Amino acid sequence: MNKQEEQLNALNDIKKLMDRSSRFISLSGLSGVFAGFTALVGAYLAHGEIANYLNGTYTYGSSIEDLEFNLLKIGFGVLLVALTGGLLLTLRQSRKKNLPFWDRTTKNLLLNLAIPLVSGGLFIVALLLAHPGTYGLIAPSCLVFYGLALINASKYTYTDIRFLGFCEIILGLIAMFNIGYGLYFWAIGFGVLHIFYGTLMYFKYERGN
Amino acid sequence: MKNPIEALNKIFDSRIRLGVMSVLIVNDSISFNELKQLLELTDGNLASHLNTLEQAQYLKVQKSFIGKKTNTTYILTELGRHAFKAHLDALEKMIKGI
Repeated sequence: MNKQEEQLNALNDIKKLMDRSSRFISLSGLSGVFAGFTALVGAYLAHGEIANYLNGTYTYGSSIEDLEFNLLKIGFGVLLVALTGGLLLTLRQSRKKNLPFWDRTTKNLLLNLAIPLVSGGLFIVALLLAHPGTYGLIAPSCLVFYGLALINASKYTYTDIRFLGFCEIILGLIAMFNIGYGLYFWAIGFGVLHIFYGTLMYFKYERGN
Repeated sequence: MKNPIEALNKIFDSRIRLGVMSVLIVNDSISFNELKQLLELTDGNLASHLNTLEQAQYLKVQKSFIGKKTNTTYILTELGRHAFKAHLDALEKMIKGI
């Protein structure tokens, strides 16, 4: 091995170590795809509930609280299924790459994701509890805060996440001007964009290796 | 013309020491165990390289306790940051020059 080749190898090592010690690179693209499909199913179910409510086919009194409760159930169901699936797929990926699943990069990623996400979650809870009649703002707020969370977390994982974050914010802002179509925007942001980005990342980082 | 190889830092000849510096430059502080795991080294081997870097004053050692266990963490000094950057610049020049 000549001197130049040796130095190039050294540079490669440096780059790899920098990435591996500061970025969480076991994030599986498939978990994005899975979350996307779950979100689409959830949006479809929610759409059905709302249509039922509007048609007056709810049998038990048809109060808005019943609808709210059912939508919340769907929402938490989607969150649970998407998180569990994502976690399992990412665990599988970290095992494949022979990297520890829980280390400083995982902690950094989760913490930085959680800051805007928890703020957004509480913001939405406040909308629901203290500002009746503002349902229209829920979907846009979800998208904007989720986008901010992704941009904040992008320093600690693949940088592609950053652009996904921008897309979510833009979508959320457009939705803000089109109140009443929230569910459609929600389905695009959490469903279609996740599937698109997940597939992209799967082919970029997982198929090649 | 000056030989570009002269600008390379002798301390960074070792791949392991170069590795330690690469990790420290992107992390505010890192523990002995995390370094061990990242670089896949034994305790003794890593400790001797860390010692060399400490003597060159490229890194600072901080000892603290987590419960009863000692926790040793390392942070980069300004001198170390500077030396590492200079070494990378020298590498870059060398590769471009050939």
